[in-house]
Amino acid sequence: MSDLRELYQEVILDHNKRPRNYRVAEPHTHHADGYNPLCGDKVTIYADVEDGVVKDLSFQGDGCAISTASASILTEAIKGKTVEEAQALFEQFHDLVTLDDVEPSPELGKLAVLAGVKDYPNRVKCATLAWHTLHAALEERESVSTE
Amino acid sequence: MSTPTPVQTKAAKLDVERLRQDFPILRQEIAGKPLAYLDNAASVQKPEAVIQAVERCYREYYANIHRGVHALSQRSTEAYEAARAKVADFLGAEQPAENVFVRGTTEAINLVAQSFVRPRLKPGDEILITGMEHHSNIVPWQLLRDETGAQLNVVPLQADGTVRLEDFEARLNERTRFVSVVHVSNALGTVNPVKEMIRLAHERGVPVLVDGAQAVPHMGVDVRDLDADFYCFSGHKLYGPTGIGVLYGRMEHLKGMRPYQGGGDMIRYVTFEKTDFAEVPQKFEAGTPNIVGTIGLGAAIDYLQQVGLDAIAAHEADLLDYATRQLSALEGVRIYGTAPEKAAVVSFTMDQAHPHDIGTILDMNGVAIRAGHHCAQPVMDFYGVAATARASFGLYNTHAEVDALVAALDKVRELFG
Repeated sequence: MSDLRELYQEVILDHNKRPRNYRVAEPHTHHADGYNPLCGDKVTIYADVEDGVVKDLSFQGDGCAISTASASILTEAIKGKTVEEAQALFEQFHDLVTLDDVEPSPELGKLAVLAGVKDYPNRVKCATLAWHTLHAALEERESVSTE
Repeated sequence: MSTPTPVQTKAAKLDVERLRQDFPILRQEIAGKPLAYLDNAASVQKPEAVIQAVERCYREYYANIHRGVHALSQRSTEAYEAARAKVADFLGAEQPAENVFVRGTTEAINLVAQSFVRPRLKPGDEILITGMEHHSNIVPWQLLRDETGAQLNVVPLQADGTVRLEDFEARLNERTRFVSVVHVSNALGTVNPVKEMIRLAHERGVPVLVDGAQAVPHMGVDVRDLDADFYCFSGHKLYGPTGIGVLYGRMEHLKGMRPYQGGGDMIRYVTFEKTDFAEVPQKFEAGTPNIVGTIGLGAAIDYLQQVGLDAIAAHEADLLDYATRQLSALEGVRIYGTAPEKAAVVSFTMDQAHPHDIGTILDMNGVAIRAGHHCAQPVMDFYGVAATARASFGLYNTHAEVDALVAALDKVRELFG
């Protein structure tokens, strides 16, 4: 079970079972739908941005444990950050789950638990779907597909 | 032990352990566990006989076909056409020329849609399919619908994953121009009563295509007994190479059809003003075909006929029965598709985990299954799920591999429970 636990860490299992910020943020200034046609995972991100700061962030969707946990942890990590900080974190997170030998930076915090997907290339999109969707929402695009 | 091997009768029990030796890929471990390959509805592994036939062609007699005057071209042409004769025998076709080599089932359906059905359609005409079709038997008809103003009529699914013959009959009407049905559902395993469906359609003068991609590896098919107008399958699901498939069509239909693609090898005489097309089947085989794939497909058919399709069907029925019983006993597992006539496919979900997570955890335990919508999203929508996990069996699978699947599912429950 060691490999298994490396991918499915307790934090991931916990966020899958009890997703945080699983709601429609009211009010919200931005939202976007994300879709992974390969596996059918869907996520919608709602963001309330004021003066360049993400005041509130939430999601709803239907997906695997990795995509659900990733979205849930994302909402916690980004809330209160500026849009620029959010984009920078997206880049760091993307590097963490796609590149070899990347040490998680302290800013990533809890997001580091998703580093295990790097060893499962067909699951990387599960971990990044919510991030691509957040990116689309902040750029005021209405939908994004991982294909 | 030097006792002679007894002559196998057709329905004799398969010696699976011996047959597994024919499949080199199965002799490996994944994540430190013996590989249990249970993704046969997606694609099937290849026996040594097929691998060697492909290699022998490249090493010994490969050349382009139908045009060379030299010895290698002659030998390649003979092997290519011998494969066509094997296909004809395998399907019970009246003549080899009724079997057109294509890339796969998808291309076969598109060929029939464009070359046979399209010229027959007027706005308001209908094409009839069922609710369990693979995307490859939906999208070509939607494209045709959008081009011609025809309509797509769909026989609804029942909860057990079947369609009712009376529902099928009720949807056959004076506007129906063509019926295209799957023989065996890839997502659910349901075996459709295609012989009856064809009879009902023919009573109304409607021709029928049968998508046999999931049927031919698991049961004997006789296109004349079915009275099918068109029947198609893919080589890679029949223990053969990828990129090769067959469209069987009744000669009277094929003769009247326009070519699907233009190019070399499908012509009799070309000037800039006019082209005379070659005879069937070359008329539909433009360009250099998949010569080696075709020869490999011929070898796959030889292999299956030696093993015996009846024995394969009996073995797979036993595996399906065992897997269904084992999975049903697991808490939180729900099986989709419980048709009385069913091929060895078990589509399921678990309360505790998403199919994608199930797939990854099974993979970590050496068990290869498919997780997703199986290119049959309307079937997923019918059951109100985004995806299922699917274990599908072939001639080389064993009870021990079903046990490995069940043990891995226990680990899923342990983790997510």
